[in-house]
Amino acid sequence: MIGSYGALVLRAWHRPSGRAGVLALAVLSLAALLLPPALPDPAAMPDVLAGALPPSSESWFGTDHLNRDIFSRVMHGGRISLAIAGLAVLLSATLGALVGVVSAWVGGWVDVILMRLVDGALAIPRLFILLLLLVVWEQIPLGALILALGTTGWFATSRLVRAEVLRLREEDFVRAARGLGAGGWRTIVRHLLPNAAGPLLVAATLAVGDVILLEAGLAFLGLGVQPPTPSWGGMVLEARPLILSAPWTALFPGGAILATVLAVNLVGEALQAALDPRSA
Amino acid sequence: MTAPPLLEVRDLRVAFPGERGDGSAHPVDGVSFRIAAGETLALVGESGSGKSLTALALLRLIPPPGRIEPESRILLDGQDLMTLPEEGLRAVRGQRIGIVFQDPMSSLNPVYTAGAQVREAVTAHRTLSAKDAKERAIALLAEAGIPDPAVRYDSYPHELSGGLRQRVLIAIALAGGPDLLIADEPTTALDVTVQAQILELLDRLRESHDMAVLLITHDLGVVAGRADRVAVMYAGQIVEEAETRRLFRSPGHPYTRALFRAIPKLETAERLVPIPGNVPVPGRWPDGCRFHPRCPEVLARCPRDVPPVAEAGPDHRSRCWLVADRGAG
Amino acid sequence: MTAWLVRRSLQAAVTFAVAVVFVFILVRLTPGDPLQRLTDDRPMSPEATAQLRARFGLDEPLAAQLGAFTSGLVRGDLGVSIEHYPERVTSLLARRLPATLLLGATVLLLNFTLGVWLGVLQARRRGTAIDRWLTRASLAGYAMPSFWLGIVLVAFLSLRWRLFPAAQMTDPLLPHDAGTLTRALDVLRHLALPALTLSITTIAVTMRHQRAALLSVLRLDFMRAAAARGFSERRVLWAHGWRLTLVPMLTLFGLWLPLLVSGSVFVETVFNWPGLGSLAAGAIAARDYPVLVGASVLVIGTVIASGALVDLSYRLADPRVRAT
Repeated sequence: MIGSYGALVLRAWHRPSGRAGVLALAVLSLAALLLPPALPDPAAMPDVLAGALPPSSESWFGTDHLNRDIFSRVMHGGRISLAIAGLAVLLSATLGALVGVVSAWVGGWVDVILMRLVDGALAIPRLFILLLLLVVWEQIPLGALILALGTTGWFATSRLVRAEVLRLREEDFVRAARGLGAGGWRTIVRHLLPNAAGPLLVAATLAVGDVILLEAGLAFLGLGVQPPTPSWGGMVLEARPLILSAPWTALFPGGAILATVLAVNLVGEALQAALDPRSA
Repeated sequence: MTAPPLLEVRDLRVAFPGERGDGSAHPVDGVSFRIAAGETLALVGESGSGKSLTALALLRLIPPPGRIEPESRILLDGQDLMTLPEEGLRAVRGQRIGIVFQDPMSSLNPVYTAGAQVREAVTAHRTLSAKDAKERAIALLAEAGIPDPAVRYDSYPHELSGGLRQRVLIAIALAGGPDLLIADEPTTALDVTVQAQILELLDRLRESHDMAVLLITHDLGVVAGRADRVAVMYAGQIVEEAETRRLFRSPGHPYTRALFRAIPKLETAERLVPIPGNVPVPGRWPDGCRFHPRCPEVLARCPRDVPPVAEAGPDHRSRCWLVADRGAG
Repeated sequence: MTAWLVRRSLQAAVTFAVAVVFVFILVRLTPGDPLQRLTDDRPMSPEATAQLRARFGLDEPLAAQLGAFTSGLVRGDLGVSIEHYPERVTSLLARRLPATLLLGATVLLLNFTLGVWLGVLQARRRGTAIDRWLTRASLAGYAMPSFWLGIVLVAFLSLRWRLFPAAQMTDPLLPHDAGTLTRALDVLRHLALPALTLSITTIAVTMRHQRAALLSVLRLDFMRAAAARGFSERRVLWAHGWRLTLVPMLTLFGLWLPLLVSGSVFVETVFNWPGLGSLAAGAIAARDYPVLVGASVLVIGTVIASGALVDLSYRLADPRVRAT
């Protein structure tokens, strides 16, 4: 499965926008991963009375209203955002694939009930579920937040995987495998999953972008990641009163979200085009 | 043939870019023929011979990245369609030249009723009141042999049988009152019993509307008794052209002769002789005579020299060294 | 048709029930006491707290609470707001709904005119620079957090250049005797920025779907057949090509509604637009969860209803589907 992802990425590499996306994503992730230890403490307020200072050679993105270095905060926040999004998507992709496969393979009543439940869950906009959850759970630990994001994001994925399994099940090579005596699990793992992996991986990649936006939005509303932990959404919230006097305080965190989500989406689109060239 | 032809095609060549940019392929490579008013010309060939592309080229509907080479000449009543601007072409399509495609299901829009599509074709070239247009559409459906045309007017394509759908397409093609009707494999997608009906319908309509017909088919059996003249196509070129009876009695090209041998006949219990080998691919035509690798009567010079178009008899031309040498000698 | 309608309505009702129960259980099961926050802000005596708890039924077992909730729901009673006490949740929702509908309808309109047109343009000019750049531009729009875009637009188009008002739906300084036209224009001026923000962030979805749908249609044989009948290029493209994308585009509507709902929470907050989104955001800050649950129920109902409506229009728009 990692192999087929690798193959897809390679094909995506050949498209200019895909290449840009992959490069950007690589740069951003590496920066967010490796830089923070080398950066000034994001909570440090060296000269709090000086307040927000514009970008300079000492502080590339300037400082916020409490004189904290924005570049450092953006990088630290990025590390957290990417970790949250990555883990949450991993969880929802796994759950979705599991439910989708079970539903399609077992069929019958199990399928009907599962899909009705999924319909019900899909009817609730994800944001609202999270709002309801986070409202009553103010100091939500990071792990629980990831769990919340992951368990609310698998519904559409399960539908997708289910559709793929149903389609593939009718393909000749699957019938052939079963004709040769391959049992249920064996067929699923060795034949169905690798082929269903493509659309699943594309969906998962795009989902990362959606989760980043979602998590940032929650932070903007004061939910999820709480200060003083830096988060992009939270930074925009704090920067709001300064938008005219110190625009860089809002520009950089927002720009970071934009850049990351755009990079992720470009990669996703390129993967999609590599998977199905006719849609390009 | 002293009357000026309705349609005259000279040196028609259609180019498609080659794979990996190595020049162009010409699936239609220097085709010339004439059709007089009210005459039926059958264009016969296997799939891959370029006959369908020829039909598309006449209406200048070659899909990009293909294009018609500028030296080609398509003269309709003396007017060159190659030089006509888009509005002029639109006036020709449907109104002077009508076309019926092979697969009726894919030629009809599934979300509009049959009647609506016929009416659309009627009003495309004429302004009529809604009532008149509908009446005309129903009349056309009736002419095309559709029973209960007023009822069928409101049917959707997927509710009609293959034969009925093809009749709808014929009605649509007739709507503009064309002088030339191109029928591109009109029966290939239909059941055998329906095929004969459709062909008879085309015959009747040809007479009642005084139309010329370009009948494109791979089936020589369809041609007998229906076409005035036949042109046989192979590898992008016309290899033989003659009056139908003459072609059937004494075919003047090895390919034509081979085609006849491959048709099952009820009277004799001869074995069917398939033509060995495969149809060549555009861009990789064989040298010399394009048929030489598969020709049972091949001569020593055939792989080297391209045969000219020679007279095999009165109004009977063939692109073969056997004919050319005989005539010269 | 009637048989189908009945079946589909039943299905919608069941889905609604499942969703509502899910929401209810979710709220009741999460750790954290909703009244805790309330009493943090307004210190109360233990008796008052106990009274409040009883008032909201929080001391009852879960099943009983669910029962009370559902019976209230059936009667159209969603309880009482904690923050806006004693206003009923239903009246609060009713008051704020029109503003959200106005915003949503405007964004919908923009999406289905501009978005469709751009998607068609992309399909026709597939592979060209215009196609590529439109994709990149729309993806960039989608990648922007709507709250951030709103803040930026307010800062420059409103505060600095004074082109549009900065917040709310109407001008509080409008004279009492202002005519309908003046009022309407006033609302439109206030509507511009929020609608623009929400449209920029959602138009990518419309464009992408329209482009894909039209591309798959353009390949079909009957497009060539239509051209062969002498129809103008415009007619072939729109009356035949685009018409066939109508059905796949309807699915978009189902995808699109949740986007609008979430987006409106942020946009309405940033622009202080008096709709359901800002109501929800305010309820978050005040931990007013009867309002949150009530708003969720309303949103769920809308999403399910629109899903059923989309299915209905499917059947009306595509005669082939009607046959099934």
